[in-house]
Amino acid sequence: MPDWINSFPQMNEETLRNLKRVIDDGFREFTRSYGTMIEGIFDPLRQMLIHAERLMLGMPWPLTLLILGVLAWLGSRSVRLTAASVLTLAAIGYFGMWDDTMRTVAMILVCTLVAIAVGIPLGILMARSDRVQSWLNPMLDVMQTMPSFVYLIPVVMLLGIGRVAGMIAVVVYALPPIVRLTNLGVREVDPEVIEAADAFGSSAWQKLWNVQMPLALPTIMAGINQTIMMALAMVVIASMIGVQGLGQPVLRAISNQYFTLGMFNGFAIVGIAIIFDRISQAFGRRLQKHRGGHDV
Amino acid sequence: MSEPLAIEIRNLYKIFGARPRAHVDAVRQGMTKAQLNERHRHVLGLRDINLSVAPGSIQVVMGLSGSGKSTLIRHINRLIEPTVGEIVIDGRDVVTMTPAELRRFRRLQTAMVFQKFALLPHRTVLDNVSYGLEVQGVARADRHRTAMRWVQRVGLGGYETRYPSQLSGGMQQRVGLARALANDAPILLMDEAYSALDPLIRHDMQTVLLDLQKEVRKTIVFITHDFDEALRIGDRIALLRDGSIIQQGTGQEMVLRPADDYVSSFVQHVDRARIVRVDSVMLPLTDDAGGPRVGATTSLGEAIRTMSAEGSDRVTVLDEGGRPVGTVPMTRAVAVAAGGS
Repeated sequence: MPDWINSFPQMNEETLRNLKRVIDDGFREFTRSYGTMIEGIFDPLRQMLIHAERLMLGMPWPLTLLILGVLAWLGSRSVRLTAASVLTLAAIGYFGMWDDTMRTVAMILVCTLVAIAVGIPLGILMARSDRVQSWLNPMLDVMQTMPSFVYLIPVVMLLGIGRVAGMIAVVVYALPPIVRLTNLGVREVDPEVIEAADAFGSSAWQKLWNVQMPLALPTIMAGINQTIMMALAMVVIASMIGVQGLGQPVLRAISNQYFTLGMFNGFAIVGIAIIFDRISQAFGRRLQKHRGGHDV
Repeated sequence: MSEPLAIEIRNLYKIFGARPRAHVDAVRQGMTKAQLNERHRHVLGLRDINLSVAPGSIQVVMGLSGSGKSTLIRHINRLIEPTVGEIVIDGRDVVTMTPAELRRFRRLQTAMVFQKFALLPHRTVLDNVSYGLEVQGVARADRHRTAMRWVQRVGLGGYETRYPSQLSGGMQQRVGLARALANDAPILLMDEAYSALDPLIRHDMQTVLLDLQKEVRKTIVFITHDFDEALRIGDRIALLRDGSIIQQGTGQEMVLRPADDYVSSFVQHVDRARIVRVDSVMLPLTDDAGGPRVGATTSLGEAIRTMSAEGSDRVTVLDEGGRPVGTVPMTRAVAVAAGGS
């Protein structure tokens, strides 16, 4: 057998090395000239993160538990779920992880808000235009499958290690579900109901606000739920670039083989994930009360 | 209340496909639906529709599924764009309206009732009924007041805070009807509005519509595949097949003089004694005319019953002013009722 069939014909080593160097140099150059400007653009988000963290850490713990209880009750109207949520958070605190948990919750809250603020409009645009959908879909695929470490490299080069870089990593990873499910929810609205809205002379905005968004809301809520879950899953990775919270003890536990420390913090992440998940799901279900056939 | 408006549809064609305009001429020259589909992969929706609906009348468009009746009614408020043709309402061609004009036209001039109700599932009955007014920008209190009146008028008082999923099909369609009427638009479009309902409820809803029409006098276009419904409701009927109007006229004209075998197949099972009126079969007055006197709109069945009761062999037909205008002998009444002409 000839030799060439066993080794794939690849680019000349020299050319390949030069290509990589040119791209690297170009990006480094870009970082040097625009880094400060880009940092400035993200500064409001950094402030927001700092304030959220300060708020969560500064709040007296009974108030925090009370707010959680009220939110759980409003979302679910279930005594069991409310009690379980409050007890879980109290247990996490009792095991000495209160401050880290508050940092993580602050981070997740801001990341989720940013993901909603960016994701819902994108999802609506995607639902309104097949062309936007065909452009966005592959980008969302990249965001979901590209290993986070890879896009962390340019982010860290541009913004340095810290909260903002971490937030970008989390948002990039957590954004796709809310975009996709908003798109799905809006597209899924019964075409006959849309036709009725048209027949009564609704404008595009009236149709969006009165018909499409309310009917898509349960699906959008499922997207928000997924976004929160994915954001929590990123907590450990984000801690590698300096985000404080429950991820850092986990990281320390991995490098030093502290079994218990890792387990405790791991379970704390699971605990708040379950609290967020159950409350947002119960809320999503209550939004659909009109679908039930019984009297309300 | 708004004045009733006429609807004038002229030379309307609709072809579905990638390049509909390219095939209009071929269709005009007589290409059939099957040929168009086979040779050009385009679907003929409507062919040369001409239809005049008098102000304040009920025009039924009748046809089987696939005949193009739902396509036709969606042209009137331009939910479907025509390939060529004109739809003139209140002196304006709907086809040439800009999007803003079209929205205004839909808000103020037309209202529509749908086969599958198409209610907003997340809104209560009251908020569904006020939807048209909300779109128009009517203040909340005002629109709720108007909506409440219509909710009660269609017999749903007490249900205004329910959601559509909590109501039966018949009740949901009452909501659909109230939503359309709350707009007080002069034109009411009803797309197989009653086809999804049980026969008894359907009869009930037909009565509701006819009673309402006496009060509100809308120009109504009513789509159905049920000839009995067409006869009961329509002032005039247009029969659609494969996108063309085969015959239009009053129900009696269709029953007595069907244009072709296709129309005959629809009318043959009709109870003619109930549908045909004496004035459409009467003979000229003769000197020996006599017998009981009946109004012009009396059905043959009633005339026959009157004659039997009085032991007479003929009736004299009176016009609206009470003058005798014709006579119907028993033999003729029975022959027509039994299927003769």
